[in-house]
Amino acid sequence: MRYGEKTAVDHLDLTVERQTITAVLGPNGAGKTTTLETCEGYRRPQQGTVRVLGLDPVAQRRALLPRIGVMLQGSGAWSGVHAMEMLEHIARLHAHPLDTGMLADRLGLHECGRTPYRRLSGGQQQRLGLAMAVVGRPEVVFVDEPTAGMDPLARRTTWELLEELRADGVTVVLTTHYMDEAERLADRIHIIDHGRMIASGTPVELTRGGTSTIRLVVTRPFPDGAPASLQAALGEHVEVTPISEISLLITGPADHTTLATVSRWCEEQGVLPESLSLGQRNLEDAFLELTGRELKPQ
Amino acid sequence: MSTGVFAPKPGAAPLARQVLAQAAMEAKLMLRNGEQLLLAVVIPVIVLVGAVKADKHVDFNLDQSPIDAFTPGVLALAVMSTSFTSLAIATGFERRYGVIKRLGASPLPRFGLLAGKIGALFLVELFQVVVLGAVAFAMGWDPHGGVRTVLLGLEALLLGTAAFASLGLFVAGVLRAEATLAAANLIYLLLMAGGAVVLPASAYGGAGDALRLLPSGALGEAMRSALIHGDCSGRDQLVLLAWTVVGVALTARTFKWE
Repeated sequence: MRYGEKTAVDHLDLTVERQTITAVLGPNGAGKTTTLETCEGYRRPQQGTVRVLGLDPVAQRRALLPRIGVMLQGSGAWSGVHAMEMLEHIARLHAHPLDTGMLADRLGLHECGRTPYRRLSGGQQQRLGLAMAVVGRPEVVFVDEPTAGMDPLARRTTWELLEELRADGVTVVLTTHYMDEAERLADRIHIIDHGRMIASGTPVELTRGGTSTIRLVVTRPFPDGAPASLQAALGEHVEVTPISEISLLITGPADHTTLATVSRWCEEQGVLPESLSLGQRNLEDAFLELTGRELKPQ
Repeated sequence: MSTGVFAPKPGAAPLARQVLAQAAMEAKLMLRNGEQLLLAVVIPVIVLVGAVKADKHVDFNLDQSPIDAFTPGVLALAVMSTSFTSLAIATGFERRYGVIKRLGASPLPRFGLLAGKIGALFLVELFQVVVLGAVAFAMGWDPHGGVRTVLLGLEALLLGTAAFASLGLFVAGVLRAEATLAAANLIYLLLMAGGAVVLPASAYGGAGDALRLLPSGALGEAMRSALIHGDCSGRDQLVLLAWTVVGVALTARTFKWE
């Protein structure tokens, strides 16, 4: 997928199993939304093929649309429409919609049922967007950053709903830039950056069963060749991954010997550790290694 | 944890039901919006009452009583306000707020959305005709009677709606929402004042003939022929059809739903 000169999604090969939750994880501008919108039939790929439920999302859009639910990022309702009116309207376009009252209860929309859309909070708009995506009882739902801007309680409610959808046989594809969201919900995670898939697997696979790590951050940039010299000092049984000019990740047994070696090496190199943190290798570390970038909304 | 509540059972509602839902929704939103309501009924009522009162002081050269002369033109103005200005503004903001994009992911197809919009226009126009008709009758309106008058009036309304709606969608399609708001209101004001809608073309002297080539003049004259004389010249209807063709062609070339 290209927009002018910029390639937003590039040779992305991705398969989603039915009745699972798949998370497409990546920083802003990674191509997550473009990927979803291609599946929803909004965009025609310049190259490659997309099939959703065996259908071409562009050529067979009419057959596909009733079977999928879509939650767009931001807006998607008249500014003067009441929250429940909007939900009921979308429900009326479907043959066997869910009970809108039940859905409103589940997502805490009753309190703002008669509030015009423009006066809903960001979190309420998100919940209404999710309700509109599932009200038609779809087989697949595509949700674009479902919990962006939600408070912790609403996030939990949303997660529970998505898990219940999966339990009831709905396939969920979501984009997120929250590690904890992907780790908690997803059966499979696809990490994309600059429109390319950089890793894909179950949360456990991606974090390799919790190897210990040491994250070293120093006060000023490492001298040239620092990672290699640290790797040489530590030996084969650990892995040194540079993350930025002032930080690196050491994966392997975080024992006394390793720590002593690291601090001796810092002394030799003339760098002062600002922080030296021991932990389990998590998704965030995996992402940092893969992209060299922090996965933060900004 | 499975409760079966969300078990998939997808399907589109019958198309007619979708279109009806869309039409009812859009009409409701139009009539709930203060500015749109102002445009739809308040201004036409003020124009009607004002014109009848003004006739006591200004000589418009009318062959009929003022209420009989002005009511058809005010009905034409109401059709213009809804099918051009209101439609353009509503569609402009629907594009801006992503409503059309969101509906694009629903089972409602594009032509269903268009049909819903047309349906909404007719619902609002029905409301306008009822309110304006009631005010006019209360002021002693005595239209040319008979089924033919009613049918010709309806024909003028349909042709006027088609011409103005296609032009309204064109404006909404090429301009940003705020620019659409400004342009649609400005064009409405210009046509109301100088477009031979409320005042008959004959009141504009030598310019009258040219003004009948505008959609506003043609709609005004068609409405007057129908409701005053129970008559139809054919010329105004042709002009409205021509504008519809122009509007549809322009819209089809330029309009983007998103």
